[in-house]
Amino acid sequence: MNRPNTFRAGPDERGRFGSYGGRFVAETLMPLILELEAAWEAAKTDPAFWAEMADWSKDYIGRPSPLYHAARLTEHCKGAKIYFKRDELNHTGSHKINNVVGQMLLALRMGKKRVIAETGAGQHGVATATVAARLGLECIIYMGERDIERQRPNVFRMELLGAKIHPVTSGSRTLKDAMNEALRDWVTNVETTFYVIGTVAGPHPYPAMVRDFQSVIGTEARAQMQEKEGRLPDVLVAAVGGGSNAMGLFFPFLDDPSVRIVGVEAEGRGIETGEHAAALTAGTPGVLHGSRSYLLQDADGQVVEPHSISAGLDYPGIGPEHSWLKDMGRVEYATIKDDEALDAFQLCSRLEGIIPALEPSHALAHVLKLAPTLSPETLLVMNMCGRGDKDVAAVAEHLAARR
Amino acid sequence: MSVRDRQGQGRIEARFAALKAEGRAGLVTYICGGDPDPETFQTLFDGLPAAGADILEIGMPFTDPMADGPTIQAGNLRALATGMTLVRLLEHVKAFRATDDATPVVLMGYYNPIHHYGAERFLTDAREAGVDGLIVVDLPPEEDDELCLPALRSGLCFIRLATPTTDDRRLPAVLANTKGFVYYVSIAGITGAAAPTASLVEAAVARIKRSTDLPIAVGFGIRTPEQAAEIARAADAVVVGTALVGKVAGALDGEGRANGRLVGDVLGLVRDLAGGVRNAR
Repeated sequence: MNRPNTFRAGPDERGRFGSYGGRFVAETLMPLILELEAAWEAAKTDPAFWAEMADWSKDYIGRPSPLYHAARLTEHCKGAKIYFKRDELNHTGSHKINNVVGQMLLALRMGKKRVIAETGAGQHGVATATVAARLGLECIIYMGERDIERQRPNVFRMELLGAKIHPVTSGSRTLKDAMNEALRDWVTNVETTFYVIGTVAGPHPYPAMVRDFQSVIGTEARAQMQEKEGRLPDVLVAAVGGGSNAMGLFFPFLDDPSVRIVGVEAEGRGIETGEHAAALTAGTPGVLHGSRSYLLQDADGQVVEPHSISAGLDYPGIGPEHSWLKDMGRVEYATIKDDEALDAFQLCSRLEGIIPALEPSHALAHVLKLAPTLSPETLLVMNMCGRGDKDVAAVAEHLAARR
Repeated sequence: MSVRDRQGQGRIEARFAALKAEGRAGLVTYICGGDPDPETFQTLFDGLPAAGADILEIGMPFTDPMADGPTIQAGNLRALATGMTLVRLLEHVKAFRATDDATPVVLMGYYNPIHHYGAERFLTDAREAGVDGLIVVDLPPEEDDELCLPALRSGLCFIRLATPTTDDRRLPAVLANTKGFVYYVSIAGITGAAAPTASLVEAAVARIKRSTDLPIAVGFGIRTPEQAAEIARAADAVVVGTALVGKVAGALDGEGRANGRLVGDVLGLVRDLAGGVRNAR
């Protein structure tokens, strides 16, 4: 495969990153998707849209998020100098709100009064419910029954914010099925409804649009690292479920060859057990939820139910741009098991006074392996994309079961 | 005419020509391939034409049928649980063709199982088995080079869905590479949802007819012989799916096995629907 001049030009006009991406949706949705694409293209070049985004970012989300030197973890690892990009400090506790504000401002521009979203860990649902409350929009959240059990605090939060939660009882009762149900709602209410997709997946233009909204993470990290260290970071690490926090951090650095970039997938109980959510590492290209990308599927093209201790990573697919970046060799993808993530979760809490979400705990577990192999001059940035409040009850249970 | 010439577009054209000669609309029945078990499915499949189905739409089971309602999704999952695969489904089509060379068979489903099978290999095998056309819900005209164009080259019809959201600007793109017939989705929604309004369907069919000579089949939300008759006054064919899959589900015992009445129940409903369609005009 030829390396392109830039890794940042995609997608093409058909919404493809190489052979990945596209628009694989029912005809009912196509006119709306084309309308959304036009609205997004117009907003993208409209300074007024970005000025409004900037206001929201500063005064509501709380951006810029700090770039924090994790000194005790650095000391613990005895290797690379570890920084956290602290997107867990955003309003609602994760990076998800960056994208939600962007999409919801677009929904307003398109005159939509009703928004729907799917959620796994609940962070995207909470962010959507929050901004919907702030804007006075009707908000429906689809969430798998199993995830509702795993993420009670976030369910309660969404209800407080006035959103209506639809428990999804089909299939594996997790994120994949919540996305199916959200698509069904969208097909049924296509004229009135805006679908706020929570990650860099779905039909074009969602993967590129969500990436662009999340790129604020990498853009800030770049400037902050210049300011603190006078140069670019050497290594970036982020957890990958659907892949939005990772794309947000990675994208502004894709054309800097000196920057090594690592995405960390959920290995669950181990690749060999089949109980994992590592689509890039153990999946094959397929078509689900509107785009072609790596997918966990069986020999007949049926979607395999993923497993991860983290509801936010428990998804059988991955954003199409990640699939392309993997094939191009620009980004490395590693895997971390449930237990390793749990260990990292505890270590970070004790050493840094930061309780991370289970999603970035996967990234952190990989940092714990990688940093000791690197020199102290190496600058490593890990995206602390969510805080662990929502996960503490689930973690307590897992730890009790371990004993 | 050899068997091969009759296949694909030929078989579908011949059927619509015969319907026109009879002066009536056709009945397209959807059942889910392999539901509820391979033997019962084959008996249903083989029995549909005699019960009054003019064109057979057979679902290719998929774990994530995003445009279908809970009834059809359950049918998909039942079939998968008994080990249904695309390879096995094509065997069922072959078995059907051994006794019926005239009734068009259209496979309906989602792209991923075909993508995984390999589009070209699938088209060859499907044609070999006696399939005439394909409906693949998640392949809009924007993705025509994936399967639609290769299907047309291989002599299979690619039947596209037109919907209430397909406006006049978009309609030509939807019709461009459609062969066999146009499937008008009578409501914006999933299968088995609200019933369509006959007057709106009539207007939509008239609108599409201004842009194409292809026959128009109308489906989604049609459950009863009365509804079928109403739609059959405007459309060239009426599609019924959820009501039949619901009948299958209703004839399962506590362990999900077919009871002795299942085939009779389902084909009985097909007979009633066919009666509605035949007496519509």
